[in-house]
Amino acid sequence: MTADDVAGRLRSGMTVGIGGWGSRRKPMSLVRAILRSGLTGLTVVSYGGPDVGLLCAAGKVRKLVFGFVSLDSIPLDPHFRAARQQGRIEVAEYDEGMLKLGLQAAASRLPFLPTRAGLGSLVADTNPGLRTVTDPYGGEELIAMPALRLDAALVHMNRADERGNAQFLGPDPYFDDLFCAAADAAYVSCERVVPTAQLAAAAHPSTIRISRAHVTGVVEAPNGAHFTSCVPDYARDEAFQRAYAQAAADPQAWTAFRERFLDGSEDDYQAAITELAVTEGAR
Amino acid sequence: MTAVDDTAAGQDAGPAGRGARADRPADRAEACVIACAEAFRGDGEVLASPFGTIPAIGARLARHTFEPDLLLTDGEAHVVAGTWAIGAAPDGPVESWLPFSAVFDLLWSGKRHVMMTPAQVDAFGNANISAIGDHARPKAQLLGVRGAPGNAVSHPTSYWVARHSPRVFTKAVDMVCGVGWDSAAAAGPAATRYMALRRVVSNLASFDYDPASRRMRLLSVHPGVTVAEVVAATGFDLVIGDDVPVTREPTAEELRLIREVIDPGGARYAEVP
Repeated sequence: MTADDVAGRLRSGMTVGIGGWGSRRKPMSLVRAILRSGLTGLTVVSYGGPDVGLLCAAGKVRKLVFGFVSLDSIPLDPHFRAARQQGRIEVAEYDEGMLKLGLQAAASRLPFLPTRAGLGSLVADTNPGLRTVTDPYGGEELIAMPALRLDAALVHMNRADERGNAQFLGPDPYFDDLFCAAADAAYVSCERVVPTAQLAAAAHPSTIRISRAHVTGVVEAPNGAHFTSCVPDYARDEAFQRAYAQAAADPQAWTAFRERFLDGSEDDYQAAITELAVTEGAR
Repeated sequence: MTAVDDTAAGQDAGPAGRGARADRPADRAEACVIACAEAFRGDGEVLASPFGTIPAIGARLARHTFEPDLLLTDGEAHVVAGTWAIGAAPDGPVESWLPFSAVFDLLWSGKRHVMMTPAQVDAFGNANISAIGDHARPKAQLLGVRGAPGNAVSHPTSYWVARHSPRVFTKAVDMVCGVGWDSAAAAGPAATRYMALRRVVSNLASFDYDPASRRMRLLSVHPGVTVAEVVAATGFDLVIGDDVPVTREPTAEELRLIREVIDPGGARYAEVP
């Protein structure tokens, strides 16, 4: 599949889970395909980074289900902040551990999972649908974190085979496997599609975190997590991330950034960032 | 570079020409390091999760000296041994793998002590890192709630405030992220069962909570700070005893570790000049 094929399988108004964490191993080429598409009104579930900021800036998000949005080396994403401060998006804000439980519940086909996280906090105050559940054995009243069932999941991995078995080679799998298992359709982009035998040959089988049983389609997307990190293949492009953040300063800056990098195809994007790197290098 | 390379440490010295020499008396940033380190005293074999530079220096100092069983991560997915400099790669071996998913499992088990950096904190230890203003349309969107609610009801939780002011030490936080004693009590026994709010450390003083009223109590003022200054910079009434001690001075060995090993580049002065 291509990234645009994936966007073509999505529908406006869908609930879409996005893997990675902050500005780390985000399926950015798939996000860019959504930016180019006519999709609108999405509910996005994410350990948020620039995926959230870009989708907010492009007006694709109706509702965000989140625990945080951060660019890591830049603590706050200004595009997300603007969307919130202008009241452009609805939110369901959960403790980041609750997000894991919501995905776990969905993956296990359970209606909820109990937790202490959220008790006494804004999570309980600002999510009107959130319920508590009484422990039938001991009597404690706990939060019942509802299943976060996804229409689609988008994740980016280091390697995958053609059938969808997918491998992380960096320090952390994040929650990409859970996102896929919690979704009706899961799309995995990866740096390189390799023969199955090369997966276990490259690293311990425990790094093949995602099973093809949970995967609908695979996209080969070299540099597809750019500008987020995708170690060991590449680190975060800090200079580009700064440019992305600075483009939030005013509408003209954002238009210029969008026209230069986002309005064309993924090939155009990759060419534009290569050109930028060459220009920067020449300075 | 080696951790005790005097030349390199001198070159990287912080602002105002403050070098790595051990004969200079301890300054405010170093008092804050000690107060943060003290927050972890007695913790034993738990993961110390310090946010912010001075808490990170404090946690490494505590482990290197009086709290050797603490666990520390490399900021990614590994628990690592050793004592390494701020901004440098850890020098000790990997002890275990701790991806984010395992962090949740660990914190729900209680084996963690977090020190977070709130934008607002109130007398009962309610802490806000999410947003300022109205939740539906905040005046200033910050990080989001992160893991603060789960942390506060699961394991020891402390806070670090680099700039003590009435805006931070406020009467009422705009949103409760880290759950305070009163909010937890209102939520019921499941919230209070494993709760352990420990310390609040600021650039002026160190605090804990009065066991009877559960209100923030002035534990010690840093050298050179008066109780009146702390009171003036705090937007709520503190519990203050008759005789407020001064935050203890670092030992000569602690000062050497801070200046030459853990923070030779003077990163602490970016938080507390």
